[in-house]
Amino acid sequence: MSKEKIKINTEFYDIMPVEYQELVEEGTYGKEGRGWKDVGESKELIEEHSLCAGCPESIAFRYVLACLPNPEDTIMVGSTGCTSLVFPHVAVHNIHSLFGNQNAVASGLKRALSYRFPDKVKDVVVLAGDGATVDIGLDMTLQSWFRQEKFTTICFDNELYANTGGQSSGLMQKGFVAKMAPAGKKFEKVNLPEIAKVSGCHYVAKMTVSKPNRVEKAIRQAILIAREIGPTYIQLYTPCILEIGKQMMEGLQEMRDSEGPNKRFEFEEYISEEAKAYLKTVAPKKKKRKEISA
Amino acid sequence: MESNSQIGTYNKKGQKIVDPDYLFYEAPREHFFMTGSEVVREAIRRASVDVSISYPITPQSEAAAMVGDLWVEGYVGEYFRGENEFAVMGECAGASFGGARVFTTTSGPGTLRAYENFPMWVGSRLPIMLNMMVRGVNSPLSIQPDTLEIGLIIDTGMLIWHAESAQDFFDYLLKGFIVAEQPDVHLPIAVCIDGFFVSHTKDDVLIPSADLALPTYNPYKNPMPVMDMEVPPVRMMRDPFVMKSNYISYATQASWQQETRAACERSRKHTIRLLGGLIEEENTDEEILIVSSGTAVAQGREAARLLAEEGIKIGIVKIKTIRPFPYEEVRQATKNAKIIFVPEFNVAGWMAREIKAAIPDNQRVVEGPHVAGGMTMPPEVIVEEIKRVLAQRKETTTHV
Repeated sequence: MSKEKIKINTEFYDIMPVEYQELVEEGTYGKEGRGWKDVGESKELIEEHSLCAGCPESIAFRYVLACLPNPEDTIMVGSTGCTSLVFPHVAVHNIHSLFGNQNAVASGLKRALSYRFPDKVKDVVVLAGDGATVDIGLDMTLQSWFRQEKFTTICFDNELYANTGGQSSGLMQKGFVAKMAPAGKKFEKVNLPEIAKVSGCHYVAKMTVSKPNRVEKAIRQAILIAREIGPTYIQLYTPCILEIGKQMMEGLQEMRDSEGPNKRFEFEEYISEEAKAYLKTVAPKKKKRKEISA
Repeated sequence: MESNSQIGTYNKKGQKIVDPDYLFYEAPREHFFMTGSEVVREAIRRASVDVSISYPITPQSEAAAMVGDLWVEGYVGEYFRGENEFAVMGECAGASFGGARVFTTTSGPGTLRAYENFPMWVGSRLPIMLNMMVRGVNSPLSIQPDTLEIGLIIDTGMLIWHAESAQDFFDYLLKGFIVAEQPDVHLPIAVCIDGFFVSHTKDDVLIPSADLALPTYNPYKNPMPVMDMEVPPVRMMRDPFVMKSNYISYATQASWQQETRAACERSRKHTIRLLGGLIEEENTDEEILIVSSGTAVAQGREAARLLAEEGIKIGIVKIKTIRPFPYEEVRQATKNAKIIFVPEFNVAGWMAREIKAAIPDNQRVVEGPHVAGGMTMPPEVIVEEIKRVLAQRKETTTHV
């Protein structure tokens, strides 16, 4: 579909920023079967990021943007935190409004877009950290699922409040010593994927971002299911290397170490019966890209 | 997309889309005897609202539920009950970011629960119509009329209008959309009424035919990009403005706040035209004035009538817009006044503070009478206060 809407008037072409020119020339809006392999081979929808060097969140962000099935008609909703430092560099419309209200904003947005564009697909994707999703915004996260709002919620789980300096969050592991949990966190890591299942999500996945094929498949399925069936949830481990005392080259290993059998980020996926039936109807399209097993 | 191109067409309910001025001033109107809640229903029926989100809290619940009926009937595009007011105002923001005309209602503690959203709406230039049916916010729990919450939202940057009667209320709701959505304004608007006194009492209201409706909102007149991916995504911002400790970041933040305040100021010209001025004056050549907003003005008017029977002449200034505040108008209207009474339905006296900040020689302002916590303010209370102060002044003058 449309690069039309981002095309530059020829009269103004030369005064546009080079990044924008590149987006028009080499961006992947409308490309069939776009995915993580476009990263590095075409103009990404994320220009640059202002995260720490080596932050796994940065590669997770790039994968998510590269794997959106319909970026030219996708609107993202963020929240306060490290992710909000990246969104200004992202070439799809995105909203930051307050801390924790992302699923409320997305609910209103999706409904307004469905009403205004009844004959068009407009995907809404929430991307927020664990503090926003599970602590301050939990009410709105769950309520949007109860109401069967048709959008995808992605949580970048770094198991703490990174942007404010490493405070304990609901997704932090029990016993972990952090700011505001000076004697160690007293309760278990909140099991949001399980809660998501019983709260009405039709697709739930928990994983690290060490395996981009897996991330790509999950993002694509989550967005397609949200479009047609109902709410979907993906929880991605994006460790805050700074706050857990890792070097900038150690993020990938930290993710690998956390996703083994019985580890807290062992890959888990849930698909409702309704969503499974729907996925079968779109399966032929998906076969265009062959998956490489990890 | 021009709203003008819609004029004369019919919407899916068969309502004829008419020029707003025609709806406000020319369309034949009929008398109805109805509550403030019903006024909301009839205004919104004619307002081409795309999205409305509700939450129960007294005294606005009835009106909010009636908007749901309008959705079932097909007059409102999308409607649901949110989970709490903080979330509801976020949901309204999302819908407005997505290019919808949005209406919601709230009251008292709900307003304060939602508070964080209001400056965000302003900074995001979302022209959401918020109807506040104001009530007590104090503890112990009170659901009774009290205007304290208006004073608490004064500096959020929203347009704030205060309706005195059911007729004001009907007109302000419809005219409010038009002013708030002007490209040079494009800000949220709170249309306030005094809970119960206006929401739950019946009053005579002149209303145009239900076969007429306002033009729909054109989101592409927005000074900000609409978040619908129908226009190019704005990006390539090398530095996000948030949390950067540098001069450009501070200057950007500061200038945007100045711009949103300036947008509020720019609403004056549209509001003056549509409301016939930001204030309404009666007998302001008198030396004693009552100046206030909302139902306090109605009570003041009655007090003036009672005092006139005793030969004491009182002028009235009704303030229609709290933001932008009619500084110049109030200065002019009060220039001959020796004593200015400001009756209010709240314990804080925020309206008296506003007036004192607006006029020279502000020792002329008498803050009160005040009632709070749901107490009514019979005209006799105002009469008594005026007589008390006049007697006191006379005594002081005699001694001097």
